[in-house]
Amino acid sequence: MSYLVSENMVAGYGGANILNSCSIEVDLGQIAVVVGPNGAGKSTAMKAIFGMLPLQRGNVKVLNESINDLPTFQRVKKGMAFVPQTDNIFSSLTVEENLEMGAFTNPRAMITIIEQVYSLFPALKEKRLQRAGELSGGQRQQVAVGRALMTEPKLLMLDEPTAGVSPIVMDELFERIIDVARTGIAILMVEQNAKQALSIADIGYVLVQGENRYTDSGKALLENTDVRKTFLGG
Amino acid sequence: MEGSLNSLALLVNYIFVPGFAYGSQLALGALGVTMIYAVLNFSNFSHGEIMSFGAMITILVTYWFQGLGISVHPLPTALIALPVGIGGAILLCLLLDRLVFSFYRQQRANSVTYLIVSIGVMFVIGGITRFIIGPDDRNFNDGERFVLKARTFKEMTGLSEGVAIKSSQAITVASAFIVVAAVFWFLSRTRTGKSMRAYSNNPDLALLSGIDPNRVVFLAWVITAGLAAIAGTLYGLDKSYKPLVFLHLVLPIFAAAIVGGVGSPLGAIVGGFVIAFSELFITFAYKKVAAYLLGDGVLGDGLLQLLSTDYKFAVSFIILVVVLLIKPTGIFSGKSI
Repeated sequence: MSYLVSENMVAGYGGANILNSCSIEVDLGQIAVVVGPNGAGKSTAMKAIFGMLPLQRGNVKVLNESINDLPTFQRVKKGMAFVPQTDNIFSSLTVEENLEMGAFTNPRAMITIIEQVYSLFPALKEKRLQRAGELSGGQRQQVAVGRALMTEPKLLMLDEPTAGVSPIVMDELFERIIDVARTGIAILMVEQNAKQALSIADIGYVLVQGENRYTDSGKALLENTDVRKTFLGG
Repeated sequence: MEGSLNSLALLVNYIFVPGFAYGSQLALGALGVTMIYAVLNFSNFSHGEIMSFGAMITILVTYWFQGLGISVHPLPTALIALPVGIGGAILLCLLLDRLVFSFYRQQRANSVTYLIVSIGVMFVIGGITRFIIGPDDRNFNDGERFVLKARTFKEMTGLSEGVAIKSSQAITVASAFIVVAAVFWFLSRTRTGKSMRAYSNNPDLALLSGIDPNRVVFLAWVITAGLAAIAGTLYGLDKSYKPLVFLHLVLPIFAAAIVGGVGSPLGAIVGGFVIAFSELFITFAYKKVAAYLLGDGVLGDGLLQLLSTDYKFAVSFIILVVVLLIKPTGIFSGKSI
């Protein structure tokens, strides 16, 4: 049984559904990557898993316990953390206050985890008294991931963490994500840079029109000719 | 020399001293408005009536204490009745939120709907307040009248113009200073205060950090109600309490909040003083000042008053319109409305 199991999720924003039976699982220490064309429902799946969007059908389970009825802010205490694609920092708060808000449910982290976050992202320590909104794109992304790590999550969900950052910063971020996974945290990530993301993935999910099309190890998906042709540009 | 000192004494007596007191009252009011705007994202027009309601409870308790013979002379009895007034205002706000505003929050109503709703609420609270205490003017300040009497000042300095500081003015400025410092300390130093700023900045991310939205909303109302009751009572102590005044007071309070930048606590304070001093500077009759500086009658026998005091609310209106035209986010770049 995986740490996070979501089965047959059906959800949407009123009108037509965006997710039509989508299932995603990830276990501790694993990196799961969700790829797919635009509008496949990747981000929607993440929101549905975190309770930011009500499920019409399906189940989300953590450690085999259904969390369908838990509001978003209480899922944080279950060990889930989410870095949204946009608006993922408190721009008017300082870097340190951002991290402190990450530690809101877990004030102890301000003593223990904060040093780990600073050693993962040394730039943040230097700028800790600066407003997060004044930082560069890559550093904002570090603040966003840092804030999520401060909750001491068992499951870290990232929605396109490398959107809008330079290739160098992107490589750096992927490195850090692997580091985080090695500490025994489950990582669930939606990525636009499918090739690179699948190359570090233990499991890959290819989503099309709100349904699972292919599910396999990242390596196998990269070698699958159908997947390559249709989704990875040859 | 003596002429310029006398004119300075005039300005201090008629503009600076009342300006600091009135500015403090507006600043406290605007801080409450800005708090609700920052957290709940709407312009709460009922804020003036919440001030009035809190002041009313304070007055009723003051009368009761006076009947029992409890007093803290030379301070006004209202100061020890104030905690009850704050409690009353908090209960009122929580009740309002439960009965009215939470409904629109669930509907995710837009800010115009909220604004109209808050105007409705304003009339209801105003009605309740007048129903309970009546529409009459009430003076409930039973403390020492003056900290510094005009005559004492004249004897001390030998000037022919006096400077008087009413104790209500001194109390207003002092308590506003303490309250504002406490609010700023709370918002910038405590975990709960930071979580309120975080929620105001990015509510979705606040949820993702495990911040309970209901608690943030609850605290916003508690703080706002506290600020309102204090501001209303101080205003009443300073100028006597009349329920209908608070209907007009909403305008300068909103002007203060908007001039400073809605959602910015520092802006609310600065805005309060900007509005208060503008009103006083523009409606003051400079005739005597000019007489001291230039000699009697040099500038003719007009009052040298830019606007009659009857038009003082027009001053806030003009400032409001100019700010919205030129810099809609206000001095400290709050949220634009």
